[in-house]
Amino acid sequence: MIADDLAGKRIAVTGSTGFLGTALVERLLRSVPDCELVLLIRAGRMRSVAQRAQREIFKNNCFDRLRGELGGKAAFDELVARRVHVIEGDVGTDGLGLTDEGRDLLGSCDIVIHSAATVSFDSPIDLAVEVNLLGPTRIARTLQDLDVTPHLVAVSTCYVAGNRRGDAPEIPVDQSPFWIDIDWSREVDSARRVRADAEAASRQPERLATFMVEAREELGGAGTPLLAAKSEDRRKAWVKDQLVEAGRTRAASLGWPDAYAYTKALGEKALGENRGDVPVSIVRPAIIESAWSEPVPGWIRGFRMAEPVIISYAQGLLTEFPGVPEGTVDVIPVDLVVGAIIGVAARGPANEDGSPDITQVASGSANPLKYERLVDLVQTWFGDHPLYDAEGQPIAVPDWGYTTRNKVENQLNRAKDLLDRGEKLIGALPLRGKQAAWSSKLEEQRETVSRALTYVELYGAYTACEAIYGVDRLLATHEALSPEDQAEFGMDPRIVDWDHYVHQIHLPSVVEHARVRSEPGKGKVEPRSTRLRRQVLSPDRQLAAFDLENTLIASNVVTSYAWLASRRLDRDDKVRLAAKLIGEAPTLLRMDRADRSDFLRSFYRRYEGAPVEQIREDSQEMLSQLILTKSFPAAIRRVREHRALGHRTVLITGALDFVVEPLRPLFDDIVSAKLDVGPDGRYNGQMLEVPPTGESRASALFDYAAKHDIDLAESCAYADSSNDLPMLEVVGFPVAVNPETRLASLARKRGWLVEHWSKAPGFKPSPIPLAPRRAVTKAAPR
Amino acid sequence: MPRPGFVLDVDKSTPPILFHHGEGFRLEKLPAGRSRVIYPGEPLDALDDVEGAIADALANPMEMAPLADLLTPGMKLTIAFDDVSLPLPPMKRPDIRQRVIEQVLDLAAAAGVDDVHLIAALALHRRMTEDELRHAVGDRVYDAFAPQGALYNHDAEDPDNLAFLGTTKHGEEVEINKRAAESDLLVYVNINIVSMDGGHKSTATGLASYRSIKHHHNVHTMEHSKSFMDRHNSELHHSNWRMGKVIADAGVKVFQIETTINNDTFGQDGPMSVLAKREWEWTTKDRVSFIGMQQGLKRLSSPTRRKIFQGHRAPYGVTSVQAGAIEPVHEKTLEHCFDQHIVPVEGQTDILTMGLPYICPYNVNSIMNPILVMCLGLGYFFNMYRGKPLVREGGVLIMTHPTPWEFHPVHHPSYIDFFEQVLADTKDPKEIEAKWEKQFAEDEWYRHLYRTSYAYHGVHPFYMWYWGSHALKHLGRVIVVGGDNRAVARLGFKSASTLNDAFEMAEDVVGPQPTITHLKNPPILMADVK
Repeated sequence: MIADDLAGKRIAVTGSTGFLGTALVERLLRSVPDCELVLLIRAGRMRSVAQRAQREIFKNNCFDRLRGELGGKAAFDELVARRVHVIEGDVGTDGLGLTDEGRDLLGSCDIVIHSAATVSFDSPIDLAVEVNLLGPTRIARTLQDLDVTPHLVAVSTCYVAGNRRGDAPEIPVDQSPFWIDIDWSREVDSARRVRADAEAASRQPERLATFMVEAREELGGAGTPLLAAKSEDRRKAWVKDQLVEAGRTRAASLGWPDAYAYTKALGEKALGENRGDVPVSIVRPAIIESAWSEPVPGWIRGFRMAEPVIISYAQGLLTEFPGVPEGTVDVIPVDLVVGAIIGVAARGPANEDGSPDITQVASGSANPLKYERLVDLVQTWFGDHPLYDAEGQPIAVPDWGYTTRNKVENQLNRAKDLLDRGEKLIGALPLRGKQAAWSSKLEEQRETVSRALTYVELYGAYTACEAIYGVDRLLATHEALSPEDQAEFGMDPRIVDWDHYVHQIHLPSVVEHARVRSEPGKGKVEPRSTRLRRQVLSPDRQLAAFDLENTLIASNVVTSYAWLASRRLDRDDKVRLAAKLIGEAPTLLRMDRADRSDFLRSFYRRYEGAPVEQIREDSQEMLSQLILTKSFPAAIRRVREHRALGHRTVLITGALDFVVEPLRPLFDDIVSAKLDVGPDGRYNGQMLEVPPTGESRASALFDYAAKHDIDLAESCAYADSSNDLPMLEVVGFPVAVNPETRLASLARKRGWLVEHWSKAPGFKPSPIPLAPRRAVTKAAPR
Repeated sequence: MPRPGFVLDVDKSTPPILFHHGEGFRLEKLPAGRSRVIYPGEPLDALDDVEGAIADALANPMEMAPLADLLTPGMKLTIAFDDVSLPLPPMKRPDIRQRVIEQVLDLAAAAGVDDVHLIAALALHRRMTEDELRHAVGDRVYDAFAPQGALYNHDAEDPDNLAFLGTTKHGEEVEINKRAAESDLLVYVNINIVSMDGGHKSTATGLASYRSIKHHHNVHTMEHSKSFMDRHNSELHHSNWRMGKVIADAGVKVFQIETTINNDTFGQDGPMSVLAKREWEWTTKDRVSFIGMQQGLKRLSSPTRRKIFQGHRAPYGVTSVQAGAIEPVHEKTLEHCFDQHIVPVEGQTDILTMGLPYICPYNVNSIMNPILVMCLGLGYFFNMYRGKPLVREGGVLIMTHPTPWEFHPVHHPSYIDFFEQVLADTKDPKEIEAKWEKQFAEDEWYRHLYRTSYAYHGVHPFYMWYWGSHALKHLGRVIVVGGDNRAVARLGFKSASTLNDAFEMAEDVVGPQPTITHLKNPPILMADVK
């Protein structure tokens, strides 16, 4: 009996926060009542290992069954406290980075199960090498340092066999006739050098210039700090891309589908060479998917390999996926893999000298699921259980075509190029509000296509793989078990009824996890904007900061200048002024885009000589004649809603103080540009201080918050353009109002509330902002 | 001899009837045998010598000394006048206010009075623009007084410029314009287009503050004003009369001048003149010009159509001028109003139909938003009765109007929020009053816009809704034909795309083969329902 064999044993587990690791921990706790566990966990950036264990392992619904059987959370927590030790460690570091206590605990283990890996198929080559290739070796060496020889069960993958047709039996990688003899340590050195080279290359002046241009394309004139941060992000992303590409091509050059299989294969070989006296067993699962029966049918964690492909298909996004109809998709439910690992661990090392013995956990040879069958099952299931679009309408699934990987890739690449160009074109147009949403749509489509392309690149090899993985040892291990153990720790892939599995277990589970609409009707899911709006208008908020132009009113500094300048002109002069401004418009627009504060500084010189008192009087009238006619009533209502909720409201604008003075009753404070006044009571055209634009808005907001003891994380900001990003980024609740293309796309990516506010319907303000005949009415005596 | 208004029983030979429909018109065939149409009277004869009539009224006032005798050197004189909400549509120049004010000013100048203020008595309406003031008082008066700051709009929210005069026996606070209250004589110049206007309401409402006005502009008062066009059965007027007494007791001396105009709204020639004609009397020329007008309007954008209609100035004739003490003057005015407007009608109807025109008192040079559509139909037109409402209790009101979801951003800011927020919450006048009025009435931003821009007071949309509260209580259903579905639904009414659909919908409420009465207004008529 396995439970008896492992009773009193201490078992170390790496990778316990992963999909397989969590299932393994659960089964050991539930079905092997008298063992102890030592979980080796990497410390998170924010959390300690104990916190990670709680949040990322024991909180998972995987343990619901055990919690229920024990009679509740308290009993479960007690069991965990009694039987589980959590130690900090990292398989990416030599010596695993253990503390003394950790070393003692690891040294006291009878069995070590190594399931930590970077399972992502597109890991950078250096990361894959450090974790997948060197990880098992580091564990073996640490055990030697500790002078102990527990049974090491290392989890690998069937795909170490590489891209090829035919049988792939359970033998060490280098015993395969197709093995190319390569020195794994050279691979390690070169992976590390690729990283160093890419880092250096990324800092070449031309590269850095490109990153800066890209940052500017994305953020526009968002100010130096944000642009700098974005450039650095770009650089890191570029380095990562280089390393991912290096991994993919190196793997392909050696005949592996990707860097994962390549590093895992070399990892097995390195382990064999470095194990010392530590006896080793290797377990190689195929594609691990949701549980057949343990702890409950359909249990899964994380959005894994096949799921995004399946969901994309059900959403009508992916219409073709490469694969050969008669090919085998080697899927294996997670609980069978767990059974195999525990079975191997209980059995002990198979080879007398302790050299690695191999067990493959796969379905392809014993109970194959043909690609054609899988496609058919998926298609019929979504026909009966369609997903629903945002309008609550069912999505019809496309007929899945069988094509080759190259053909699909070419198609997708062409579509992506086309969309890329369309997006560039639209990005160059001065759009805002709902029109800018077209560009978001285009961007979304491009992302869909590019995601599909990634899936095809990454997973195409797996559906196209025609290797058949032998499972003789697996079946033998299963056969050797007692009938009770066969039931409890089953690992026989032949028990899986694929029709039942796909229709009744896997797909329902995938749909549930994907958080997609699986119900018709509109009202079921609350629109995200409603939720975001509720957050913005929560009484907990402290401050609401507003931009003026195109956020509260559809107007700008040039318009208000034209109005004020024309108010006291006769007809002919008005026409001349208008003609002049219209002629200058392109230049002004260009200046404004290049640098807002330079533009304002230069433009405001036009007020030189304007009498202060007259401008004040005229500005009052401009409120009715211009500002209000171009205002967004919903925006003004929003300002007032914030005030009514007790939030401080502040207007931060590059417009001049006298222009916004009539709006004062809306705000607790106004931060605006101010002009200096000469001794003759006229403006001299110079600004008194740096106008609040770009990053100086953010600092204005910081200063304001500090002065009034306001928490910006609990504040909102409203703005319309990427120039306003600094202001939007410093608050906890940014709102994009009628955003121009760039901001629309940023807001969408970051999940910000977007408001589309328009002028009062039905009223048509004059297209040319010139003041009508001057009124001479005096105010009533007060 | 102008023909009086009358009731036409619709039979098979009756031609389609013209319905107003905002900035447009509809021709509707009414079911024969059970429909009737109430036609307004033709324009009464106008006074030949308006200047002479004014001079005569000022020299021979009712129950008061001649105006010239009331004017003395060194006195404080204030002339208040009705604002842009009267008359509808605005009258051709010279406006009757200008003609009266010029004579009053001539008398004042002759008497050596030099402390004269002119105040637009706009209560909680929007301030009048320079153009509007010039139109009302004339350029000569405007240029003489406005630059000195002696011609201006009343400000019901100026704490420094209001005088509290006391409380009525019903506990109603009376607070009016301080300059008016402290003047030795207040001359009030009215245009009494309908019987609701004038009397004590001129000063007690026109020059009052929100604090004072709220005592009669509320749901309770409006539900007990049956109708508010019938001064002797109107709680609105009873309250204003009580306030008038407080004003008089406080020593404010009012010289009331009231003027009435005839029904010559659309003129005797020009494309609009067809609107005043009875359909079976249309000539071929009328038909052609009507069809031409319809086709032309169809091609225009709605702002352009609005501009054309709002540009219309009516050629009204003045039918009477009376001056002196408020109460006798007003009784005389009512007689003149009723002479023009009253049409005797036998019995109530199941369904009342009305074609709503492009204008109401609150969208002169502006936009008729959905709240104003409600107010014009359920407030003004529904209340155009004496005796009993034209439609029976539980009956159906069908109005035609495009009811677009459109608002003037400068004139009606609080309307926008009322429509978006308040009506989205509830349509019940009492609930609206209890839950929302205070918040809007005391709002700092609306107050700012009312005082410094050209916005109706924050509370004004509430009054529009209260104006219709008697009708809301009385009616079984309200249907709007040809309206914007969303806007009509927000009002709480039903939409129909044709009048026949509306009749079918109405039958669900009033039963089959209902009687139908069409109120063919404007030109203005008032039904005397027996």
